[in-house]
Amino acid sequence: MNSLLSVRNLRVEIPVGAGLLKPVRGISLDLNKGETLCIVGESGCGKSLTSLALMGLLPKVARCSGDRLSFGGQDLLGLTERQMARLRGRAISMVFQEPMTSLNPAYTIGDQLIEGMIRHDGVSRAKARDRAIFLLEKVGITAAASRLSQFPHQLSGGLRQRVMIAMSLMCGPDLIIADEPTTALDVTIQAKILRMMKDLQAELGMAMVFITHDLGVVARIADRIAVMYAGIFVETGTARQIFDTPTHPYTKGLLSCLPVPGKTKLGARLGAVPGVVPALIGGVQGCGFASRCPLRQAACDIEPELSERGDGHSCRCVHDTPTLRKAEWATA
Amino acid sequence: MLRFLLTRLGLAALVALTVSLISFSLLFLAGDPAVALAGEAATEEDIQAIRAQYGFDRPLPVQYVAWLTGALTGDFGNSYYFNTPVIDLITERLPTTMRLGLAGICFALLLAVPLGVIAAIRPNSLIDRFALFISVVGQAMPTFWFSLILIVIFAVALGWVPVSGSDTWRHFILPTVVLGYFATPGIMRLTRAGMLEVLRADYIRTARAKGLHPLKILFKHALRNAAIPVVGLAAVQLGFMLGGSIVVETIFALNGAGLLAFESINRNDFPVVQALILIFSLIYVMLTLLADLLNAWLDPRIRVA
Ligand SMILES: Nc1ncnc2c1ncn2[C@@H]1O[C@H](COP(=O)(O)OP(=O)(O)OP(=O)(O)O)[C@@H](O)[C@H]1O
Ligand SMILES: [Mg+2]
Repeated sequence: MNSLLSVRNLRVEIPVGAGLLKPVRGISLDLNKGETLCIVGESGCGKSLTSLALMGLLPKVARCSGDRLSFGGQDLLGLTERQMARLRGRAISMVFQEPMTSLNPAYTIGDQLIEGMIRHDGVSRAKARDRAIFLLEKVGITAAASRLSQFPHQLSGGLRQRVMIAMSLMCGPDLIIADEPTTALDVTIQAKILRMMKDLQAELGMAMVFITHDLGVVARIADRIAVMYAGIFVETGTARQIFDTPTHPYTKGLLSCLPVPGKTKLGARLGAVPGVVPALIGGVQGCGFASRCPLRQAACDIEPELSERGDGHSCRCVHDTPTLRKAEWATA
Repeated sequence: MLRFLLTRLGLAALVALTVSLISFSLLFLAGDPAVALAGEAATEEDIQAIRAQYGFDRPLPVQYVAWLTGALTGDFGNSYYFNTPVIDLITERLPTTMRLGLAGICFALLLAVPLGVIAAIRPNSLIDRFALFISVVGQAMPTFWFSLILIVIFAVALGWVPVSGSDTWRHFILPTVVLGYFATPGIMRLTRAGMLEVLRADYIRTARAKGLHPLKILFKHALRNAAIPVVGLAAVQLGFMLGGSIVVETIFALNGAGLLAFESINRNDFPVVQALILIFSLIYVMLTLLADLLNAWLDPRIRVA
């Protein structure tokens, strides 16, 4: 109850031509101060919309509802836009998935870095600039001071993404929501930034919701993991629980796609999850994964509840038994 | 930035030169100027005499160079009709047109941009509908009719402003409204469309994610980007206003350059027509240059071009 971020049954619905799209169908999560939650799942499962819903930044057409969305004990769903704006950038900040278009082409990155801090903390430009330079250096940008007067079009995608990360850290937020913040970066920079975010997190007690496709990244930074499929979390647990005892067939499928150093032989076939995500228009009947699941049976036509397996590890599957093996997947 | 400036300036000079060539040749496109000048009853000798008097018997390139060097020093020769220097006629008339054009575009911008912005923030609202109404009316109503309505209401019935003339600033109010009003629909619709698009952009979401004040998001982050196409359009429309407000100048008896151009064409007063075409075109070239520079200031990506 005293967690920093507490979400119950969060839903996002978008009316489209063909009906009502339900890309987020009831998400619940709790996040403590200083904790990192990784949300993983394939493209289109609703990760970005979930994070935008948390920020109150959904596109106008989208409708958001939920039983609870509280941050630091404050009910976000009841806040006015003005009150929400006071939190954004200061207490909660976000790194967007689209680094190429998320910076305003008309202003220097220095200007865009400092404006939030000037607004929230009332500091001088000089002070905000110092902070911006400090953070740019932290995300591995050399000659940071001279970068401040550059325009976004003069920066590569990787640089822009790092600017966005620095921007989100300007006010020292309590929670940072990062939507695939390292996808445009090469592996060494990625490692460096992950380390930096981890350090800052320890330093400031910052909590993180980290969205990614990359299970390698997850393994590196996650305290808790939520596996998302077709708009819901199908399995949540600590990083250990998910990696060591994956329970949901989809989680297992995802993990079988990942080579394990020392175990996977060179040239061996990696797994893949066959099939595609179901259409989310008008919602999903029964288990959303059933059509792709090798273990499908009649019971799968009813949407399974999220069942607690103990120690905060829960799974949404009628086959919720630990006897299932990754091996079954490889042969499926 | 300097390179951008020099390129644009060089380009403008080139266009100006071309325009001067065209406006010079217009004289001869309309037929033999000597014949036109001599009148219906002239004999072949009369025509020859006129040719010699005005120098039409010289080779064309020579005439062009003579005309251009004169034009560069402000000497466009004498008006055939008034027999006074063309430049005097123009300096007498042009300020009226300039004043009217500038006032007109200011009026249009002050009306159209705020309306366009509000219409974009609240699509399908009452204000959006009102803006649409204004622009439809603006495009459908003939200038002279609109002018007459305004004169009947504000000058005749209410007596707030003078009916016609150009003596005081109050004489300019109605013509400004008429002229500006017809530039309003285009600017407004472009502002609205631009704002609608920009407000959906990812960087606006970023600005919101920073918790910036809504007005700051609107004016700093959105309007600046939405204004770029509007600048170009406004420059073109100002160009039209400075060149061709003949109807408005006639109705309100403003002795402007538009009216002078119209009359001079009817009188076959070629030196005046040539000079006016050149001046209008140069104004146009300068406005375009100004719009380019303004856009380069608004959008740093343009500066490298
Ligand atoms: N504005 C919108 N209008 C209509 N549908 C949308 C809109 N935004 C997202 N969607 C749909 O909602 C679903 C979830 O989108 P979302 O962006 O959350 O996916 P994601 O998990 O972030 O995917 P990715 O990993 O590719 O970023 C997708 O099917 C997408 O097409
Ligand atoms: Mg996404």
